Amino acid sequence: MHSVVEICLIILFLPLISSTALIFFNKRLPRGGDLLATACIGIPFCLAWYVFYRVIAVGHDPQFLITGAMQWFTIGPGNAGWGFHIDNLTAVMLVVVTTVSFCVHVYSIGYMRGEDYYGRYFSYLSLFSFSMLLLVLCDNLLLLYVSWELVGLSSYLLIGFFFRKHSAADACKKAFITTRVGDVGMFIGLLMIYRQTHTFNYIEVFRGVQEAVQSGAWSETTWTIAGILLFCGAIGKSAQFPLHVWLPDAMEGPTPVSALIHAATMVAAGVYLVGRLYPLFSPDALLFIAYTGLITAFFAATIAITQFDIKRVLAYSTISQLGYMMTALGVGGFAAGLCHLMTHAAFKSLLFLCSGSVIHAAHTQDMREMGSLHKKMPVTFWTMLIGAAAISGVPLFSGFYSKDAILASALGFGMEHPNHRIIFIGLLIGAGITGFYMFRLIFMTFFGAPADDHRYRHAHESPRIMTGPLVVLAILSAGAGWFALGEHGWFERLVVPYSVGTAGVAPAAVEADGHSAHNIAMILSIVMAGAGILISAVFYYWKTCSAERWAKALGPIYRLVYNKYYIDELYKKTAVGGTLIAMRILAVFDRVVIDGLVNFSAYFVRAWSYISGAFDLHVVDGAVNGLAWGTRLVGTISTLFQSGVVQNYIMKVVAIVAFILLFQNILTTFL
Amino acid sequence: MMLQPTLSHYLVVSSCLFVLGLFILVTRRHAVRLLMGIELILNAANINLVAFNHYTATGLDGHVFAIFVMILAACEAAVALAIILAIYQQYANIDIDRMNSMRE
Repeated sequence: MHSVVEICLIILFLPLISSTALIFFNKRLPRGGDLLATACIGIPFCLAWYVFYRVIAVGHDPQFLITGAMQWFTIGPGNAGWGFHIDNLTAVMLVVVTTVSFCVHVYSIGYMRGEDYYGRYFSYLSLFSFSMLLLVLCDNLLLLYVSWELVGLSSYLLIGFFFRKHSAADACKKAFITTRVGDVGMFIGLLMIYRQTHTFNYIEVFRGVQEAVQSGAWSETTWTIAGILLFCGAIGKSAQFPLHVWLPDAMEGPTPVSALIHAATMVAAGVYLVGRLYPLFSPDALLFIAYTGLITAFFAATIAITQFDIKRVLAYSTISQLGYMMTALGVGGFAAGLCHLMTHAAFKSLLFLCSGSVIHAAHTQDMREMGSLHKKMPVTFWTMLIGAAAISGVPLFSGFYSKDAILASALGFGMEHPNHRIIFIGLLIGAGITGFYMFRLIFMTFFGAPADDHRYRHAHESPRIMTGPLVVLAILSAGAGWFALGEHGWFERLVVPYSVGTAGVAPAAVEADGHSAHNIAMILSIVMAGAGILISAVFYYWKTCSAERWAKALGPIYRLVYNKYYIDELYKKTAVGGTLIAMRILAVFDRVVIDGLVNFSAYFVRAWSYISGAFDLHVVDGAVNGLAWGTRLVGTISTLFQSGVVQNYIMKVVAIVAFILLFQNILTTFL
Repeated sequence: MMLQPTLSHYLVVSSCLFVLGLFILVTRRHAVRLLMGIELILNAANINLVAFNHYTATGLDGHVFAIFVMILAACEAAVALAIILAIYQQYANIDIDRMNSMRE
């Protein structure tokens, strides 16, 4: 199976090549190079399905693993390497990433036509594909961190793609900085692990951490802290509470970007991280993950009910679904969470691309200004309906299977630990809310009376190049769950956590309980989803109840939810305001102390120079001048003797000789 | 009684001659007179040489030296007179105070 590694190399580097080529030559390539970029993801798309076929369908081995690594550099006692870690999860993720990315590339050709910087857009998309594939394929924590930041960078570039728009420029900064808060935690966790195990490689790290825990070098608490710190990265990237604030704002980016990065792949990277590093999380850390996911799932779902911007509804729905995945992983539903990641990638990218198509036609994002579009845009309507059915958990659609598995594992966990039943109840209510807000979106957008005649008359179905990917994704959304988790599903058997001999957590036991709880969970989830859809039909299709009147009746609660629980405002007051106050204090410190020091030292230097100048002028110059003056004096005196008259000389000689004689006589006489 | 001359007498005479010569040398302006003063100094030295030889040493060294000095004085006088003549032809004057064209 060595050729798998080589195929993965091609899959990984083709997008990088296209990104590099496009960033430099997009103006010289025909059509801004969009066909090159699409081809450079199309080929990996085919290859990924081939790898998937070989690994999943032919190989069919739960323990399947190929690694290949090269030395990169040495830090302290350990090594860092370049390498691949290809197992069943990787094969699934490769398919998810390349499929969504390919669909989005094709769709973008239609959606972005005529925009400024068209070629640059495709270059960024390719860069993102490369980073995400690296994230999926890499075999060590350091490379994971590198690609983690690279996807963050491409996300930043693409959110701010319409950088002339002020809100987009703000949103991309917000996304980058907010995720960075989580990344700091992740980096600290990574270093904690490196300090203990002296390696970054997944398998060695898993073994090292397990040994550390067993030998007592790490206490249970340290293990938990390391896990939670690693999870901080996932909180930022996967927009979990409390770092979820950037994702709704990230909808300022082009809609295909929202579909690719902020719904299907990058935000799911946090879930992938937790799944990939599963053996590093202690039971307490997993419980923490489960509750973070639960809070996120529930509270984002409530916000989604109240929003009117079609993309924001989908953004909050994404946050909510990511919470579901996290909870599933937290309660031990390893396969359930990752399967939901896969199905969610299909139906959420579908929903986003459909919303893009709607926005393209209606030229607005506000659902109140749409309505009755199903006659005008049949393809978009039917595909979006499939997406909505899938996310709401309508039976036989993909979301039904994966969400059902999540609820089953939550119920199993609740049965085993009665204290944590709230997880199951919260998720169940969340499932009902999901059905409600998704069909609210469908009814408001596609049914009812057209809110705006002018818009309605100009609305039209999108070109084939945009509807094509919609159809492909719709087929996947409808069928993926049955294919992966249905009667003959392979997902639960093949995608299992990496086990290090007698690994700490034993998800298998929880899974078994999950199966026994399956039927109850399935019935309850169908009931809840049906109730959600029904209520939304009552409000928005038959209009027997007025949503406005209910909103007014619920006054304060409605306003609290509509304003997203005022979390943005809270952050603005505390984090942003606090930073500003700290900056002002520092500015005063700068002005008074630092400037004072600088000015004092300048003053001191000036005084010292004045003194040394005076010394120079009087002492040094005085010495030089004095020497010259003395020399002149001696010269003047000695010229007096040199009269040029011979007889004077004779006189002087005589006088001097006489003086010497006299002096000698005096000396000899008196001494 | 007949005064017997001693070394001191000779030395006194020679000193007188020397001082006279020196006096001429310092005070006169005429070049030929200066030459005469130099002759007096040389002769004062000659008297000393002969006197010391007579009173203190054996042999004739002092006498020989005196004759050498006379010869040298003759040569010197010849050269000096030649120079004085040359100067006279140049300046039509032999006042040594005027002979200052090499000064400065």
